[in-house]
Amino acid sequence: MGAFQSYRLRLQRKRWLIRAFRKRRELRAIADRTDQIRRDDILLFSTQRNEKIRLPYFLQYYRDMGVNHFLIVDNDSDDGSLEYLMKQSDVSVWYTSKSYKRSRFGVDWLNWLQYKYAPGHWALTVDPDEFLIYPFCDTRPLRALTDWLDASSIKSFSAMLLDMYPKGRIDQQPYREGQDPIEITSWFDAGNYSIQRNGRFGNLWIQGGPRSRMFFRDTPEAAPALNKVPLVKWEKKYAYVSSTHMILPRGLNLVYDEWGGEKASGVLLHTKFLDTFTQKANEELERKQHYAASIEYKAYAESLRENPDLWCKWSEKYINWRQLEILGLMSKGNWA
Amino acid sequence: MSGNVGIVMLVHTALHRAEQVARHWHAAGCPVVIHCDKSTRREDWRRFRDALSELPNVRFSTRHKCEWGTWGIVAATQEASELMLADFPEVRHVYLASGSCLPLRPVRELVDYLQDRPRTDFIESATTADVPWTVGGLDEERFTLRFPFSWKTNRHLFDRYVALQRAVGFKRKIPAGITPHMGSQWWCLTRQTLSAILEDPERPTYDRYFRKVWIPDESYFQTLARLYSTNIESRSLTLSKFDFQGKPHIFYDDHLQLLRRSDCFVARKIWPHASLLYESFLEGKHGALNRTEPNPGKIDRIFSKAVERRTRGRPGLYMHSRFPNEGWDNGVTCARYSVFQGFTELFEDFEPWLAKATGARVHGHLFHPDRVEYEGGQSVINGAMCDSAAIRDYNAKAFLTSLIWNTRGEWQAFQLGPGDVLGKPLPEGVVSEQKTPQDLSWLLARDPNAQISVISGAWAVPLFKSNRNFADIRKEAAMLQKIEGEFLDVLRSPYSKARIRIWTMADFIESPMEPLQTVIDEIGHNTLRRLTEAPKMADLTGFGQFLQNLKNQGMHPYLMGDFPVVHDPVGMQTRPRKPYLVQ
Repeated sequence: MGAFQSYRLRLQRKRWLIRAFRKRRELRAIADRTDQIRRDDILLFSTQRNEKIRLPYFLQYYRDMGVNHFLIVDNDSDDGSLEYLMKQSDVSVWYTSKSYKRSRFGVDWLNWLQYKYAPGHWALTVDPDEFLIYPFCDTRPLRALTDWLDASSIKSFSAMLLDMYPKGRIDQQPYREGQDPIEITSWFDAGNYSIQRNGRFGNLWIQGGPRSRMFFRDTPEAAPALNKVPLVKWEKKYAYVSSTHMILPRGLNLVYDEWGGEKASGVLLHTKFLDTFTQKANEELERKQHYAASIEYKAYAESLRENPDLWCKWSEKYINWRQLEILGLMSKGNWA
Repeated sequence: MSGNVGIVMLVHTALHRAEQVARHWHAAGCPVVIHCDKSTRREDWRRFRDALSELPNVRFSTRHKCEWGTWGIVAATQEASELMLADFPEVRHVYLASGSCLPLRPVRELVDYLQDRPRTDFIESATTADVPWTVGGLDEERFTLRFPFSWKTNRHLFDRYVALQRAVGFKRKIPAGITPHMGSQWWCLTRQTLSAILEDPERPTYDRYFRKVWIPDESYFQTLARLYSTNIESRSLTLSKFDFQGKPHIFYDDHLQLLRRSDCFVARKIWPHASLLYESFLEGKHGALNRTEPNPGKIDRIFSKAVERRTRGRPGLYMHSRFPNEGWDNGVTCARYSVFQGFTELFEDFEPWLAKATGARVHGHLFHPDRVEYEGGQSVINGAMCDSAAIRDYNAKAFLTSLIWNTRGEWQAFQLGPGDVLGKPLPEGVVSEQKTPQDLSWLLARDPNAQISVISGAWAVPLFKSNRNFADIRKEAAMLQKIEGEFLDVLRSPYSKARIRIWTMADFIESPMEPLQTVIDEIGHNTLRRLTEAPKMADLTGFGQFLQNLKNQGMHPYLMGDFPVVHDPVGMQTRPRKPYLVQ
């Protein structure tokens, strides 16, 4: 990469940071408990809209994993989720009624909060339907991982988005508040992913899985991206570019080995396809607040009316991280 | 009694754990001298010292700044050892440990062990030529260059200065009388040896020299012990495993069983939050001290596998933390497979026949333009790969490598032909290996796992049998011949690594059994078995005339070899219409 390209990326990074700085005004602190944050705390950043039903399990899952503080942006919820979050002693919550789309799908808001609170901390950025799995997560807390990453001078950790789905119609099994969503969406596609390298940002671009198989059979290039770098030892100069798919400076995107070895990596179990999804898809379609004019949701809405069974004969049922590692969806790298 | 073994402890973080371990040593009767890194926060250090001050046989030595790879650690060790030898005259062995070391066996056993070997120094010590473990290419040069810049905080200057010294051919002189040795930082030396090193009249010379050696804590005592020890056992009593960057592996709660069976006295490094390990080994909870069958090799295997995974990975796997550049991948695909071109055209029942003869999984044309022809016409197969041609063409390399990865343990075979698509151009802005439609043929050709068999020109058989206008046939024949010709050029290039066999159609039908036998033997399941049944060949009566017609129309079919115009091929005339047996 030439100096010019490098300079352009630098400018772009500054631009996102300035944009985040401008967008800070859209956020109103509802419960600011950030004074509780201690040195070395692991922070979780998220945006949410009307996810009340998911929040209890989501918070519990990451508390048990060892997240110390949650910083959440509420985008105009009307299902009581804001009130619920306000009551949590380890959650700081900001409210905004502004456009999700114009904050680049929440990235600007979170970039601002990260700029302000995350430097020096490990920052985990996930949606309420994403559950991080990393090597040894059944026996070692998240801090074991971040300590090891620190000791190995690694600043960012990759976790591919793995779409989970139920067997049978999506609306067949109702999700109860507080329930582990993996009990319902326990199936995934093990080996139908396409990976390409993005020369500009240095990240990998991964597509595939059930969404590509069912909704984007004829237009695979339009299928959603599955590569994510959700866990980063934050510094003030960092900025996410597009969701957590890409981050600048680009060195943080080099979460993969290019010489044939395997770096340690995890998976984000994506439990979007619960019974709540059909309703959500229709709602999002109306709001048109999602990526690429909600092309994804358009595709869902059409296909879902016809045959909402993502399950096939070759679907794998989720067991544990070791299974994912054997299948080649994540790796222990040199962590043992 | 146990006062015979003194512990020198170097600590810098997780002081509460260090305190726990120090108490443990002390309770077993071992005097302890502690050095705490100067960069540890003052209030933490005070609290730590005050907590331990109630113990009579614990001392604290002067604090030094111990940056990794620099002299500080050696200076700290020297002073702490001097204090140990001076204050505790009954000490016979000094054991150097860190704050993150954990005794795995009762201290009693260590004391007894050392008592039985009163003259032995346990220190890993090998000459630079013999050690494979140095990282970063600095082995002998550790001793002959200067290292005034910090590796951790000033890597750029560090590297530049090394490069400069190499360029001008600078070499430091090694003091007379010593031969540089290296080894684990964690040793256990006898009073005799240790005091001889510390009281050596030449010590200022050695210290001055080692002060500028790279990572002196791995060479100072290791070198000087060679001068004085009467009985060196070159191994460390501390179990310590290093990863590929030279950083120690860390032990967690889930290593409990492994550590129990390691049979080592002390292990490092322990994660400070590994409560189960500390409770088990220090407080004897969870039955840790029940002796189990020692199995120290298992730890070695686990950690060397981790290094292997990080450096070589699983060949043929492409995922979000392993995406090798082309040519650096130590294996394009993960298992061997077969590609057949021209066989289904020439034989009517080739696929079922091949499946029966080899036990392999035989697919149709995986790269058919309309859909992926998986075995048995399935629409989804292993790994939930679907039969969409668009998805396949979007990333043909991912398609092929995933297919082989998903079906590992089972031999895959598929048909290929000049009418198939081998990838298509990617959207703008995406950098990838395959840019032109035929680029997948390069992937196949350079994959040592691929076994590619081609009967060239066999694509003409379906044309010959088809009921189409001759002008169309001629046009299509010209196109197919061009594509196959290019493919054959790729296969014949000096860069190809696949097992490649190419026959012209004329050659092949002369004696089809022999090539078939060769190809099938490689597939391996039915080794050492002669083929008894041949696939049924298409009826080629009139094929020679067909080729002649093409020639008469100005096209030049050459890939199929020489077919006589009038007489049909000899092999064909004698061939019975039903399958036959070969003895």
